[in-house]
Amino acid sequence: MSKKRARLTKPTAQHRDPRLEEVMTGTTVFNVPFPADLSTLKGMSPLVIRFPYSVEYLHSYGQDSPFFAGLANRKLLGTRCGPCQYTYATPRLHCPACGRETDWTELPQEGRVHTFTTCYYGSEEFLKETPFHLILVEFDGVDTLLLARLIGVAGPEEIRIEMKVKAKFRRNSQLKTTDVYFVPA
Amino acid sequence: MVSGGVSKFVKARPDATFQKMVKEAFDYALGDVPRLKTDRIDGSVGSYFSDHFTRQLMAGIMATDYLGLCPKPNKRIEGGGATGGLCFQAAWESVASGRMNCCVAFGFETMSRVQTWKGNEFIALASDVNFDYPVGGFYSGYYAMMVNRHIHEFGTTLEQMAMVSVKNHRNACFNPYAQKRKRITIRDVRNAEMVAYPLTLLDICVMSDGAAVCILADEETAFQLADKPVRITGVGTGTDMMRMADRPRGKVILAPNEKESDYRNLTYPGVHSFRAGRSAALQAYRMAGIRDPLREIDFVELHDAYTSSEIQTYEDLALCRYGEGGRFIEEGHPFLPRIDYGMKLKKKGTIPVNPSGGLIACGHPVGATGLMQAVFAFWQIQGTIGRHFGSGELQLKKAERGLIHSHAGTGTYVTVSILERGW
Ligand SMILES: [Zn+2]
Repeated sequence: MSKKRARLTKPTAQHRDPRLEEVMTGTTVFNVPFPADLSTLKGMSPLVIRFPYSVEYLHSYGQDSPFFAGLANRKLLGTRCGPCQYTYATPRLHCPACGRETDWTELPQEGRVHTFTTCYYGSEEFLKETPFHLILVEFDGVDTLLLARLIGVAGPEEIRIEMKVKAKFRRNSQLKTTDVYFVPA
Repeated sequence: MVSGGVSKFVKARPDATFQKMVKEAFDYALGDVPRLKTDRIDGSVGSYFSDHFTRQLMAGIMATDYLGLCPKPNKRIEGGGATGGLCFQAAWESVASGRMNCCVAFGFETMSRVQTWKGNEFIALASDVNFDYPVGGFYSGYYAMMVNRHIHEFGTTLEQMAMVSVKNHRNACFNPYAQKRKRITIRDVRNAEMVAYPLTLLDICVMSDGAAVCILADEETAFQLADKPVRITGVGTGTDMMRMADRPRGKVILAPNEKESDYRNLTYPGVHSFRAGRSAALQAYRMAGIRDPLREIDFVELHDAYTSSEIQTYEDLALCRYGEGGRFIEEGHPFLPRIDYGMKLKKKGTIPVNPSGGLIACGHPVGATGLMQAVFAFWQIQGTIGRHFGSGELQLKKAERGLIHSHAGTGTYVTVSILERGW
């Protein structure tokens, strides 16, 4: 309290000559050339600054959560619309064909490669993992596909459409769809 | 449509903010219709794809205010790669509904603001972030998977895909707006660095900074403003499930020139074809009264983000049957008749596709791309390519009716619009 009063009554250097504190983080510029003749400014090179941008999300899987809980328990779950007799390998709680709620169902852990690629480049997040193989997996009796990684092959020449693959699970779940991956069966 | 303008697409425009790039395209378009004063413009629609690239929410209004179009109506249109095509159609809707007599459509993207691989990450966020992105989200990978299935179903070859790249890069040699202008061979394409098997660096479009503008007006206003307005006679927009994995395997949606017996053993669309593209095309054909697109359309500007997707799109647009896209280019149909591509082509120039060079050679500043196609098609129909490009090599002899096609995601939003000589 006494401190506060002191500040109110005794003007500091700040009050007499207000100025922002100089910071030495990020881009710190000491001298920028500047012409005396303003008409030459349009010919100036553009100034480009660099800065990071990061965000931490609290991301909910919502109604799809059981799929991820399944992966953590070495189960591959899809959903099934009874009336349409249609099974979704990548789950969706509502059937887009009839609008009804679907039911959770366990998928086979063996399937076939529907199509594939090998990525030699990728988004920044995955660049360090290149080259990696992506496949869409088809399962017997299931109407849609599942996107996954294929490991245990050297390159695209070792992957064939219709080749048999089986699911494997990470021992420590990260609650991500990559908790399941496939290897040649 | 009464006018258009494009800022030159380049890898990076550090000299300009997005507002300035839009202004360049806008002023070019205004310069072409001196009778149009800005007080006759009733409003605008703006498009850009990614808030991440811009790192500026509500960038649309910032371009609008820079152009001096406040306090008139404006809104942002967004739909992935089809953003520009959707924006074009939104401007058409504004005029067709009677809400505006004259509407400006502008689009831009500033993709150089991050490194290429970060940019690929931003683009990949336009795939399901719960189920697809974490597996290795990468659009070139998604398209590679789709074309591997196309190859499996139909026997499409890597050389046929490479021919698309040769054609579009060659066409761009005569388009001063294009980002990549070079003569290449099929071997160059196949020997280029592999990105996602079987797509090489030369099978894939690049990221760009750029802007484009189209000015649309109702018939009466159009003829007051321009001597050669272009009529928009058909619009169509198709959609499909975001996740490729969810695409149904049913029957082909038949074009007027097809019959069910053409496709006895084909499940459709699977991951090899774009149902949204077919749906958009059929809506536009119905509206424009087109029954045999190959014969009734003079040229096409389509969304060739990948050589493979150009081939897949020939089929969606019913320029040939599903499965025949590879042969369609091999025979020479989509090449320009008068340009030397350094290869022998039997049926050259039936229907030139991407005479401008397409996305592969012009660049793909997402929000501007679909509008760029509209501008190039507009000039083509007007017969003014020579004036705008500084040379007339790309001007087609017969260009009375053109088709533009804009495409998002793995075929999730697709727009098709038909433009015709209006005078
Ligand atoms: Zn159902």
